[in-house]
Amino acid sequence: MPETILKHTIKTAITLVAFAFAFTLLMTVVYQVTKAPIAESEAAARIALFQQVIPHDRYDNAVLNDTVNIEPSKLLGNKKTSSANIARMNGEPVAIILEAIAHGGYNGDIKLLVAIDSAGIISGVRVIKHTETPGLGDYIDIAKSQWIKLFDVESLTKTTSANWAVTKDGGTFDYMAGATITPRAVIKAVHKALQYFEANKTVLFKEAVKEDETANKIGENGAI
Amino acid sequence: MRQQTRLVKMGQFKDITENGIWKQNPGVVQLLGLCPTLAVTTTVVNGVSLGLATAVVMAAASGAVSPVRKFVPNEIRLPVFILVIAALVTVIDLLIHAYALPLHKVLGIFIPLIVVNCIVLGRVDAFAAKNPPARAMWDGFIMGIGLTIVLALLGAMREVLGKGTLFSGLDLALGENFKHIVLTVIPDYQGFLLAALPPGAFLGLAFLIAAHNWAEQRKTNKKPTATPPASESLKPAH
Repeated sequence: MPETILKHTIKTAITLVAFAFAFTLLMTVVYQVTKAPIAESEAAARIALFQQVIPHDRYDNAVLNDTVNIEPSKLLGNKKTSSANIARMNGEPVAIILEAIAHGGYNGDIKLLVAIDSAGIISGVRVIKHTETPGLGDYIDIAKSQWIKLFDVESLTKTTSANWAVTKDGGTFDYMAGATITPRAVIKAVHKALQYFEANKTVLFKEAVKEDETANKIGENGAI
Repeated sequence: MRQQTRLVKMGQFKDITENGIWKQNPGVVQLLGLCPTLAVTTTVVNGVSLGLATAVVMAAASGAVSPVRKFVPNEIRLPVFILVIAALVTVIDLLIHAYALPLHKVLGIFIPLIVVNCIVLGRVDAFAAKNPPARAMWDGFIMGIGLTIVLALLGAMREVLGKGTLFSGLDLALGENFKHIVLTVIPDYQGFLLAALPPGAFLGLAFLIAAHNWAEQRKTNKKPTATPPASESLKPAH
């Protein structure tokens, strides 16, 4: 009978909607409750990560909130506008913490965090995301080896352009047997991050100083 | 009479446990939930963490579905079950993200993937939709534990062979204090890449399934000879 079919359909629909409503409500509540703790633990993790590339005692500002926008740049490998953090001591910029993406990895992009001080010297580099082969290319990760510390105190003046390569290619950077594509990509990305900083240094730091409290943006000449 | 029903009930729980851990083990018998089984078992810690997360989701999903099983029309039971599972996984994902960030980093994408792990929906549909809540929850949980055991064994095999360590990453999951538990089984080990890569997971799982089948076969072969003394002992002694 059409009437019972209709009745059954309505009952079925109402049941489905009721379930959807109840469980959406559950998710909403949990989302609201966990929102603050998630933001907190993410921030703490980020600060801990920053600590690895630039020690806490070198700056005194709220580095997480002190950001500049970075327009898409070939040197940094970012395809969308991203942001960089600026570390300051007594209001003076001490260093910039940039995110660089190496596209030449063996197995997809490698995401790096590069801290460069105001003199253009690298304070520290860390790989924050990679999908390199475990046991071969993953020594770029600090959890696996100390290799990434090779970049500490490096700069464009200390190592000339031609030497920014693995020893196999005539450069000054050691690598581990079994994987040369991975370190090549990382070295290139760090080198380019330094070049980016050199080219945009004044803009990066000046903009940040000028618009200390508000959202900071780099002018068109900041983008390459 | 009451005692008898209680015994029957206990027997049911015992059966459920036996099924989840051994007879119907999701990892080596039902072969459900292979995606996480193969993907995360690079170390023991990863395998166990995801296994436990799955067990919790399964217990929660079975426990949530069972009380309302009579209100859910047959036609929409699968959408409703998936809705319930997806919501619970989201909740657990958020909770882990908020209170165990390092663990969240390790398990990453695999937590949301629990939704599509067929073992969860499989047990909800095959068991929870037909049984009372307590039994359904226990079934979900114990099936998850059965899977966890397989993940732990597979993780241990791959970790020892692939990296020469055991329990690495425990400090990430539980905190720095647990770092000393990390064992270096084979010192100065160069690593055996195959074990750490996906093929190692397939091969390792094959060994586990073979071992399970072998044990089962031994049991059935033994049975005829083992039955007489068993029935004798059942005879009244006085």
